[in-house]
Amino acid sequence: MKKPIRYLSLCGLLGYGYAPESLKNALAAELDFVGVDGGSTDPGPYYLGSGKGFVKRLQVKRDLALVLPETKKRNIPLIIGSAGGSGAQAHVNSVLEILAEIAREQSLEFKTAVIYSDLSNDFIKKAAAGHLFSCGGSPEFDASWADKLANPVAQFGTEPIIEALQKNVDVIVAGRCCDTAVFAAYPIWKNYDPGLALHAAKIAECGALCARPVGANDSLVVEIGEDYFTVEPPNPERTCTPDSVAAHSLYEQPDPNCFYEPEGKIDLSQCTFEQIAERKVKVTGSRLIAAAEATTKLEGTRLVGYRAITIAGMRDPSGIRHISEIEKGVRAAVAQSAVFVKENEYSLRFLRYGLDAVTGDNEVPDVIPREIGLVIEAIAPSQEQADALIGLARSKALHQGFPDRKATAGNLAFPFSPSDFSGGAVYEFALYHLTDLPLEFEVKTMVIK
Amino acid sequence: MKLYDKAFVCRSKNAGPFQVTIDLMFNDLESYQQVMDSASFTAEGIGRLYNVAPELVAIKPFERILTVKVVLPRNSSSGSASDCDVYGSQQHFPLGNLEIE
Repeated sequence: MKKPIRYLSLCGLLGYGYAPESLKNALAAELDFVGVDGGSTDPGPYYLGSGKGFVKRLQVKRDLALVLPETKKRNIPLIIGSAGGSGAQAHVNSVLEILAEIAREQSLEFKTAVIYSDLSNDFIKKAAAGHLFSCGGSPEFDASWADKLANPVAQFGTEPIIEALQKNVDVIVAGRCCDTAVFAAYPIWKNYDPGLALHAAKIAECGALCARPVGANDSLVVEIGEDYFTVEPPNPERTCTPDSVAAHSLYEQPDPNCFYEPEGKIDLSQCTFEQIAERKVKVTGSRLIAAAEATTKLEGTRLVGYRAITIAGMRDPSGIRHISEIEKGVRAAVAQSAVFVKENEYSLRFLRYGLDAVTGDNEVPDVIPREIGLVIEAIAPSQEQADALIGLARSKALHQGFPDRKATAGNLAFPFSPSDFSGGAVYEFALYHLTDLPLEFEVKTMVIK
Repeated sequence: MKLYDKAFVCRSKNAGPFQVTIDLMFNDLESYQQVMDSASFTAEGIGRLYNVAPELVAIKPFERILTVKVVLPRNSSSGSASDCDVYGSQQHFPLGNLEIE
């Protein structure tokens, strides 16, 4: 019998935090590695597009500064996946800078492996010629964007991380990779069952989200044996139960009975979940059905323009009733005054909170509320144009006439002065596709002092 | 009875930037079965609520924990210029209003 692999998932997302006792409790028994996922597309396309982190630098530093001296002391690797949030070069480099700061402050030295996952324009162009396949409901790729994408990246699987592990480093900083790769690489490297390794990784990447009370901001300890894995939160205030662990396969997934990774389909339909200690659950039966053809998921965004908004409330019942006429009047007036931008190059949007801003056309407002909130948004090719458009729209909306208008001094209650806000760049996901083209991910090593 | 009142969890969230998934969890097998058997709880019915073609609506039962998952394409991709719910976490309506007989 091989010795089981035991690892710690620090928290659901690097920077979300974890209880210091969780780390201490997990370290009370021997660990083979510590992993943490840094990435998500959930906060939207802005972070990949802009190269900025969704989680702030100081949050990331806090989470790393506590764990790094411990992994270093024990000579076990710390694996950081989708570093910096979206895993493009700027994100990866931001994490390397934080590592350098910690090394300096704590007089430590880290042998570090870095794996970038950025894609070249040449590669995208080649892929766009018949090698991109929609996934997760993405529309067909528009080839005219091939050389205009902001920060296109590939999401690699376990292989580059295994290569990094073979280099015997203290820290692995991975660019955009599958969340599961962070946690499945080590057990797969050590020849454990890949189906179990990937299923365990799928649960581990969310930290203690599979426990009750749920905690993306806390840790999870995983043990993998030859035909099982176990999960247990190291924080005694949390508990895993068969239902809480089984229910995790629902989270942000289109299918509770299986999920797909570059390695293939992980079939969960035969899984069993068993309570084997007060807070620990044992899982068996997860199977990998290997992919017939290797594919890699690609992500990329494109710059749509720049945003400015204004926020206001409305109380006047006649104003609220006539909100659509006010909007129409504002649009016409802005079109007439906005000589500084072409009409087909900007957009105006009225988000009517209290009426239909959240579910849009899917629900027709049935009552006229006492108050509504109004967000007016302008998107234009430059920030200056967007700011000017929102200035026009705001003043027109304040004074726009409509039938039966009694509150003739102004239609809007602005909570703030200034009332308008520059929102910066707006991106959208333009590349969210699989490719069957082979990709190479170079593993670079460096020493961070 | 409305679906929202019947379920003890009724939540929505992105499943990637182009899809939203709605999870409905029930306290007992009877409620779960009632929803699964309801004439209103179909791809056609749900598609109508969200202005989505029925063939793009997936209903995935997970009886082990008395849960059913509904997967829909988003009306616009997460965080794009026309989106109004980046995480997709408030799109469990209008489905929550569906009458279950």
